[in-house]
Amino acid sequence: MNQLLAQLPVGLSIGAVLLLAALGLNFTFGQMGVINMAHGEFIMVGAYTAFVMQAWVGLPASYSLLVALPVAFLVTGLLGLALEAGLIRRFYGRPLDTLLLTFGIGLVLQQLARDVFGAPNVSVPAPAWLAGGATVAGMQLPHARMFILALAAVCVAAIAYYLNRSRSGRRMRAVIHNRDLAAVSGIATRRVDATTFFLGSGLAGIAGVALTLIGPTGPTTGTNYIVDAFLVVVVGGLGQLRGTVLAALALGLLNALVEPWSGASLAKVIVFAAIIVFLQLRPQGMFTVRTRALT
Amino acid sequence: MTSTITSPPPAAAPPRERPWPSRLAGPAVFVAVLAVALGVVPAVVEPFRLNLVAQYLCFAIVGMGIALAWGRGGMLTLGQGVFFGLGGYAMGMYLTLERVASDPLSGGVPDFMAWSGIDELPALWRPFAHPAVAIAAAVLVPGLVAAVLGWAVFRQRVRGAYFAILNQALAAAFVILLINQQHLTGGTNGLTRFPTLFGASLYSPDTKRWVYVAVVAVAALVYVAFRQVVRSRYGSLLVAVRDGEDRVRFLGYDPTWVKTLAYTLSAMAAGVGGALFVLVMGIIAPSSLGIIPSLMMVLAVAIGGRFSLAGAVVGAVLVNAAQTTFSESFAGGWTYLQGALFVVVIVFAPRGLAGIAETAAEWWRHRGRRQQLQGSSQ
Repeated sequence: MNQLLAQLPVGLSIGAVLLLAALGLNFTFGQMGVINMAHGEFIMVGAYTAFVMQAWVGLPASYSLLVALPVAFLVTGLLGLALEAGLIRRFYGRPLDTLLLTFGIGLVLQQLARDVFGAPNVSVPAPAWLAGGATVAGMQLPHARMFILALAAVCVAAIAYYLNRSRSGRRMRAVIHNRDLAAVSGIATRRVDATTFFLGSGLAGIAGVALTLIGPTGPTTGTNYIVDAFLVVVVGGLGQLRGTVLAALALGLLNALVEPWSGASLAKVIVFAAIIVFLQLRPQGMFTVRTRALT
Repeated sequence: MTSTITSPPPAAAPPRERPWPSRLAGPAVFVAVLAVALGVVPAVVEPFRLNLVAQYLCFAIVGMGIALAWGRGGMLTLGQGVFFGLGGYAMGMYLTLERVASDPLSGGVPDFMAWSGIDELPALWRPFAHPAVAIAAAVLVPGLVAAVLGWAVFRQRVRGAYFAILNQALAAAFVILLINQQHLTGGTNGLTRFPTLFGASLYSPDTKRWVYVAVVAVAALVYVAFRQVVRSRYGSLLVAVRDGEDRVRFLGYDPTWVKTLAYTLSAMAAGVGGALFVLVMGIIAPSSLGIIPSLMMVLAVAIGGRFSLAGAVVGAVLVNAAQTTFSESFAGGWTYLQGALFVVVIVFAPRGLAGIAETAAEWWRHRGRRQQLQGSSQ
């Protein structure tokens, strides 16, 4: 039991990382049906933004992270906007084609990172106030992990507020539920699509900055998370914020609980098997939008 | 969520009554290509290059499976590396045991097991001492895994993007498993250093030539078999499921089995390709099975033409040939080119080279009629 408890923060922090990576996908994949494989590379771009803030712009480590968060959001958001306007908009309704297309984009971005920053990982020193950790009731709580957890919570709250309370967010929901009806009600659906993609891609940038705290920053940083992030969205249910949150935390906890007992490699396989079994029970994920469609 | 496909080929075109010379054109090309591949190529090409051609053809076999499952069945199989690996490891295990048997110093186990302190052959490995078992396993194990997995996901109508992502996750999990079960699989190094195949040195030019001939023969066999599948009633049903799964269900068919069968066949093709790949390259390792290698297998088919078996073969040979040519001289440039190829093919030629060839052929066939029309309008 004690050991279970000790794994709890580990699981939550794995879940928070997954959640940050998956939140953006919840927009682009969950709501728009675009399988953006380049999302992983957007995460990488976010991570490199944090690096650039320190190494090139020369901000001190104590607050460069906080500057990097909004900058990375803007950079990857604009990148996503360009991708949407240039290519993706022609491929709505063809998810498999978007997958291959964006994978190609991802390859190019990865190689670009290799050429600009070099193939080896770069180091992004964490601010001093995130070093160390606290011990509460026998649980190790590293500050960096807690920061990521808090960041994920803030992002979720902001997205929930945006979707439910703001005009723009409500327009977005309207377009997802019924594009044609939204269009005849005077909503500029094309502009909403672009906004959705901007937000989803921007969230990848935030995830990237957060990842510099716990993992290496290199050309393949994003690739390590992208498949898991997609699984989170699939398990949570397409376009369901609460589903994404629950699924990310559940997968994180499952990973943390299975790992000490089976080893990291088997844990991956067990989690994958669990997802297959779960999809047997609920093929549409944890939550679904009720529709009259056949599937 | 079904994928909309730009201008799919007609579902099992009714056998058109064509004059016999043109009806024989397809088989004639097939026989001619086969004759060149078996008769001319081994005689002119040096052994090193011949081995490379054999390697490309292994991916062509995988590609034909992808063309069946993806082009005809609409299932984007992003995890073919798994089945390729299962086939490859089955063959690799036999070759490893052949080396162990001929080496009195080995103590009856492969060296990587001895390093992990294992002095008795694990039960999983024992059957693979018989070549027949290993060859059968290289085909049947991938087929069985695909059948079980396919049945489980298709029964619940997991399709489109979901299916593709599950496949990708499967590839990721498989590679992690292989690397970490080092005492069973050789870890990152994989299985390699096979001195002999059935007692003959695997690296002699003579054996190389025979392996090449075997690869060509198997590729031809798979081509003919899959062509029959595509042209059969089942082939039409598969296309129907791709284009309107629910309509097929309303007609009284069960799409689960239609899709599972195609997925299984494509996995078996990948297994065969993997087993032959081991004979050709003398190595099977996790680095050639993960997400990226699996996607490269799909890219080759996308470029060649996902709706055409011949297109898949041409695409696999071209892409892999380009890879050896370019990645040797400038690796970074090749990655850019790969990325650009994905984009260009999807945007401008979703039916690949085969689609371009068909359009050109159509244009050629109708040129006479066009001239007539122009003549009469003037």
